[in-house]
Amino acid sequence: MRLIEFTEKGLYCRQGDFFIDPWRPVDKAVITHAHADHSKWGMKSYLTHQKSIPIMRHRLGEINVEGLEYGEGRSLNGVKISLFPAGHIPGSAQVRVEYKGEVWVITGDYKLVDDGVSTPFEPVKCHSLVTESTFGLPVYKWKPQEEVFREMNQWWRENREQGLASVILGYSLGKAQRILCSIDSSIGPILLHGAIHNSNLALKESGLVFPETELITKDTPKEKYRGALIIAPPSAFGSPWMKKLKPYKVGTASGWMSLRGARRRRNVDKGFVLSDHADWNELNQAVEASEAEKVYVTHGYTNIFSNWLKSQGIDAEPVVTEYEGELSEIGEGTNQEKESE
Amino acid sequence: MKDFGELILALDATTKTNDKLDSMVAFLSSATDADKLWFVALLSGKRPKRPVKTSLLRDWAAEVSGIPLWLLEESYHVVGDLAETVALILPDVNETSDKSLDDRMQDLLELKSLEEEEVKAYILSAWAQMNKTERFVFNKLITGGFRIGVSQKLIVRALARHLGEEENLIAHRLMGDWSPQNTTFDKLLVEPDENENLSRPFPFYLAYPLEEAPANLGDVSEWQIEYKWDGIRGQLILRDGEIFVWSRGEELVTERFPELEKLKDFLPTDCVIDGEIMGYKDGFPLTFNHLQTRIGRKQVSKKIMEDSPVVMIAYDLLEKDGKDLRETSMEDRRKLLEEIVKNTSADTLLISEKIEPKSWAEAAKLREKSREVLSEGLMLKRRNSTYKVGRKRGDWWKWKVDPMSIDAVMIYAMRGHGRRANLYSDYTFAVWKGDELVPFAKAYSGLTDKEMQSVDQFVKKNTIERFGPVRSVKPQLVFEIGFEGIAPSTRHKSGIALRFPRILRRREDKKPEEANTLEDLKRILKFYNT
Repeated sequence: MRLIEFTEKGLYCRQGDFFIDPWRPVDKAVITHAHADHSKWGMKSYLTHQKSIPIMRHRLGEINVEGLEYGEGRSLNGVKISLFPAGHIPGSAQVRVEYKGEVWVITGDYKLVDDGVSTPFEPVKCHSLVTESTFGLPVYKWKPQEEVFREMNQWWRENREQGLASVILGYSLGKAQRILCSIDSSIGPILLHGAIHNSNLALKESGLVFPETELITKDTPKEKYRGALIIAPPSAFGSPWMKKLKPYKVGTASGWMSLRGARRRRNVDKGFVLSDHADWNELNQAVEASEAEKVYVTHGYTNIFSNWLKSQGIDAEPVVTEYEGELSEIGEGTNQEKESE
Repeated sequence: MKDFGELILALDATTKTNDKLDSMVAFLSSATDADKLWFVALLSGKRPKRPVKTSLLRDWAAEVSGIPLWLLEESYHVVGDLAETVALILPDVNETSDKSLDDRMQDLLELKSLEEEEVKAYILSAWAQMNKTERFVFNKLITGGFRIGVSQKLIVRALARHLGEEENLIAHRLMGDWSPQNTTFDKLLVEPDENENLSRPFPFYLAYPLEEAPANLGDVSEWQIEYKWDGIRGQLILRDGEIFVWSRGEELVTERFPELEKLKDFLPTDCVIDGEIMGYKDGFPLTFNHLQTRIGRKQVSKKIMEDSPVVMIAYDLLEKDGKDLRETSMEDRRKLLEEIVKNTSADTLLISEKIEPKSWAEAAKLREKSREVLSEGLMLKRRNSTYKVGRKRGDWWKWKVDPMSIDAVMIYAMRGHGRRANLYSDYTFAVWKGDELVPFAKAYSGLTDKEMQSVDQFVKKNTIERFGPVRSVKPQLVFEIGFEGIAPSTRHKSGIALRFPRILRRREDKKPEEANTLEDLKRILKFYNT
């Protein structure tokens, strides 16, 4: 019997009787990170990185949750669980599971690049690796983030000169903070959609520090939008909330923006290729660094990426999960939270 | 080629016509004449023949990128564009090159005479000198079709603004059979020698579909009403004793239609006639699939001409005895046209008969029955209208009959291209034959983006099998499929071929077992093909 089984409720460790990122209610859940498709409501108890707790409480209400530091361990019926940084969003973790010398690592979502807000990814050696594959195709290769932020600053400056607001759409947890901390905030004022403002409040509880921003409310005077940078979740696109920001230019920050088709479908003025997921090269590096003998590929291009690994002599197989890495319109977007003003 | 690459990127990045126009004018103001000419040629679809087979491009790109070919193919299915896929997978390099668009095009033209190994060496070194955008544009120069939402009309506007000329004049100069190899920017657009252009057609005036009740168009007597024929729109040009037949796609098709070529000896005067090339036999129009046997066939056998003879049904007269008549009223043009057709003894030039209903209600009744005479509906042309350039609202309307329709079950889905890349947007539909589903049509247009996304989700969750980019799905979703024509076919399993099949709407109210049957389709076939 495998140490981790793939069940209808999620990834399950029978020996320790716990699930990892389950999508149905269970007794014990270990959570890789606070995005909605990995951290669901209805578990009797949660174990996660301590930085994820304020966000999970904010989203799930009063839950029974215990926090760990990176590298810290817990034992459940002889199974040792520990968390290692995944670099995806603040608090995101890879889950290392060890029993009688056999080691599994479940990556959750991850990237190798240091984004300035998340604790950078650390490779963990294991026998079996469960990896995501959201961008598991060789067409996805990210530019250096410095270049992307240069483009973003430039775009904001140009819009500002024309008296336009610059609206950037990005996930309210992770992407938004990454932009906030890397954009040149000396260019002008930064305004936030409520969903992002709320995420920031929760993240501040975990000790994160952000540049000065202002929450957009119904009383925000119209002239404040002119020349400002406004960060909003993808779901705000085309909403009445957005109409009030006119005149504006709108950009989307997502890995999907590297494809023309996705860019055009989104119908935004500008696509910034910025992802919190590993690109093709990073996925391959991570697999290599894990030195795993067996690789299970979840959400994304599962079949293609596992066939590729097999062609490279690595034993791999695709696994069906309910994580929503598969391509959706808003890109990384179906695991967005319910976002309100 | 950097400036052209940036132009393509800018055109691709916006859906706003004015932004596109600005980028094009900016490019034109700084580009060399040779580059400008290529720009016009490439964006209006006048590209040289593909200099390298795409299968070779795939092989070489996979090789240079160190990935197996199957992985490149899988990536292509997701990206939906080969030029883009190759540009994305190639490794990044730091070399650059100062070659202009013209230099690259000349290089590509010369590839034809090289050995495969030399071609490969050229392509690989070119890739190594370009960033992602340039690589994409370069690959497109080879594989064709930019699809960046630039219409011929927009190119004309940009050139008109750049040169400070009238749009109509520019549109006319761009017509016909030129290529960057046989002309220059100046010769084509700045100081054309009109004598060289005996064959040059006029830009076609195209009608918009009628958007409101015809009663809003005013009195029916102000309108010239004709049937709308389902053939190939064409222009017949007789100048200085020579004849040229153009299709609407600006293709010279004179030799394909000897029936029309012979009109050279039967027309009393030099003239330019706008009309429909139609299959026609024994006094009746033929279905479009007769014409289909003639399209793309340069050598026409006697048998084919006997089985599927063609005529031109004349709509309009654009030039007579060297005089451009486009500013003359429809009514007056029509009189002159009627005279010409009346005075010819040829049997292959007919006139599109006027229908003269007394009221819009009567017109509506005729429209309902238009399929019975193998027409697609009615054309409404204001009697005092001039002949305009391109698609314009106001004076000409097409009032097509509603499509025939049938309810069908989706059984296969494929990822789309361009805007639809990465989305399951192209579907195959089936009808029932007993308890078996028989595929009969493929269609992709007709759904909103939102509906397409919901179908996309359905496909991903209900896949039965994968075949490369295609998935077979649970037969569960029912759609109403519209089509303009139906004909027997030996090539399709269903035994029928539809003309212009498209999705009219999703039938969420219907279960798959309530979809139509093959028998239903055959009944429609019988009705319209006897």
